[in-house]
Amino acid sequence: MSSPRIEVIERYCKGCSICVEFCPTKVLEMDGFVVRVAKPEACINCMQCELRCPDFAIKVHAE
Amino acid sequence: MAKKVALLQGNEACAQGALYAGCNFFGGYPITPSTEVAEVLSVELPKIGGKFIQMEDEIAAMASIIGGALAGSKALTATSGPGMSLKQELLGYACIAEVPCVIINVMRGGPSTGMPTGPGQSDVQQAKWGTHGDHPVIALVPASCQEIFTETVRAFNLAEKYRMPVQVLYDEIIGHMRERIEFPEPGELEIINRTEPSVGPEEYKPFDPSFGDVPPMAAFGSGYRFHVTGLNKAADGFPTTKADLVDNEQRRQLRKISAAQSDIELNEEYMTEDAEVVVFAYGSTSRSARYAVNELRKEGVKAGMFRPITLWPFPEKRIAELGKQAKAIIVAELNLGQMNLEVERCVKGACDVPFIGRVDGEPINPGQIMDKVKEVK
Amino acid sequence: MAFDYDKYLRPGKLPHIWCPGCGHGIAMKGLIRAIDTCGLDKSNTAIVSGIGCASRLPGYVDFNTLHTAHGRAAAFATGVKMAKPEMNVIVVGGDGDGTAIGGNHFIHACRRNIDMTYVIFNNFIYGMTGGQFSPCTPTGHKASTTVYGNPDPVFDISKLAIGAGASFVARTTAFHATQIDKLIAEGIKHKGLSVIEVLDDCPTTYGRRNKFRSVIEMMERLKTMAVPVAAASKMTAEQLEGKVLTGVLHKEEKPEYCEQYAEVIKRAKGA
Repeated sequence: MSSPRIEVIERYCKGCSICVEFCPTKVLEMDGFVVRVAKPEACINCMQCELRCPDFAIKVHAE
Repeated sequence: MAKKVALLQGNEACAQGALYAGCNFFGGYPITPSTEVAEVLSVELPKIGGKFIQMEDEIAAMASIIGGALAGSKALTATSGPGMSLKQELLGYACIAEVPCVIINVMRGGPSTGMPTGPGQSDVQQAKWGTHGDHPVIALVPASCQEIFTETVRAFNLAEKYRMPVQVLYDEIIGHMRERIEFPEPGELEIINRTEPSVGPEEYKPFDPSFGDVPPMAAFGSGYRFHVTGLNKAADGFPTTKADLVDNEQRRQLRKISAAQSDIELNEEYMTEDAEVVVFAYGSTSRSARYAVNELRKEGVKAGMFRPITLWPFPEKRIAELGKQAKAIIVAELNLGQMNLEVERCVKGACDVPFIGRVDGEPINPGQIMDKVKEVK
Repeated sequence: MAFDYDKYLRPGKLPHIWCPGCGHGIAMKGLIRAIDTCGLDKSNTAIVSGIGCASRLPGYVDFNTLHTAHGRAAAFATGVKMAKPEMNVIVVGGDGDGTAIGGNHFIHACRRNIDMTYVIFNNFIYGMTGGQFSPCTPTGHKASTTVYGNPDPVFDISKLAIGAGASFVARTTAFHATQIDKLIAEGIKHKGLSVIEVLDDCPTTYGRRNKFRSVIEMMERLKTMAVPVAAASKMTAEQLEGKVLTGVLHKEEKPEYCEQYAEVIKRAKGA
């Protein structure tokens, strides 16, 4: 099973870093004031980032 | 068939007029001397499946009728001075959000608690300027129980036609006085309901100026989903701070009234054709003025009365004309100087504007008016 | 599977106005998921708010939306619900809007037990005006108008709602994201006035003044202060010091206002 596709809607992201901090496998990292998907292969589809993003800026698309 | 007649108090006539107009929602809070309006409607509205709710305070009462009106109801509240002061912010909300509703203000003395069981006419400038910001105003001032009935009907019609709050102001004297009322037959008086959208929900904009200065209004729950806010908004109903959009919207809202003055304005002129002295009076005071004019005419004095029934928008043009015709326009009202300022503004110095004011809880009597007219002579 | 928020959002309205890390967006998403869970018809649902940061929510969502005046949301909503009892009516707003300027409307909506859901976003501060203390700012904490420490005692919103007569009262936090939609959905399904208090963070005007170093620290605080009702029953008063109970705090069946008024109509017509 391939890793989920993590979609970041950059124009919505305000760079709060909640998703980065609460990702249990450290998939995400900050790139300046916007989040970046650094290690997509580590994603376990827990949805924590999508759930906790206050800005509707992350969608996790599972296969 | 003979018409239905009844001996009704002004406040009861108001409630009956509201029912005739199709009012099906009342939100109120008890306050003297308006409470009978609520009492009658608490009995009558549920009989026709309408809604009556006594809210927790005056502000909530105003909020509830705006909510009810947005959901498609023809909504009414009734209050008096202190309550009207509390309602001012939401009166402005109803203006900017363009929500049709009717507010009855049975005027008493003031300021503050003032004289709850005494008459006053001191909220007439508040009706225009009470809420902050530029906004359109319609205020009606009936002078008899029968006229309270018909003007309440007209208030609903104007609210629905121009999509805005309409105030009806009458003083405690006629609010609590009993007179013979003839009930109009159903259909005898015109009943106007708000214009509904002619486009589908996808195209609908709640403040679309391409439909004229009074855009059609959908109801919540009708399938048209739209946004309502007290912020300055664009045609689509969403907040904006863009200068041109805000300016256009503000001016359109004022134009609703300024362009329709002839439709909204209603006055009674009594023996003004050849009058050298005109008494400007409204509400209960006009009853004394009429008596005074009759007496003065018997004495050969060319007196007349101008009685606005629509107080706002103000009958500027006609007052200016009378100012050129008459030696004086005497303003008589139960306050210490309010509408005289408006008359002075309109006559632009063409005639004198002597003033009779009273705030001691007693009506202005015909003798006072006659004396003042004779001073002019 | 990504949740399809777009189904409920008005196109072109995002990004929202809330600051980076503000919990309002988390609570808003919870509200949308709850509405989805309950299968509410968008055209038959009204979302009503007052003034403040949280009160900007209705502008973003595709329902019958009503952004009213400061504190008055519950009173406007009561008018909508009375006029059309068949509509679902949801009120949203902040702690200052709902319990200070709007406190009277809040308690009377609870007392009437009118069938609406009031989601109150409690971030302990007036955010939009720049961080003045609200009735929910903890005593001793700092706000722009309590730089020497807040002398005021605090409202417990949930207790206030229970005391005033709301028949469903629940509390959660912006940290407990999945609990938000579960509790709101339960509140929507409940017949009567339901209050869901969502404790949330204002990093910009509250966190900054009260020595929270980051949004994450504020989230962690919400996590550690929350104690589920069931767990609390096994804890001592000492252990519960500084904690808040979360979950369903109160639920009872009692007469609902619109149904009571429908009875009034029957009696009036029969009379």
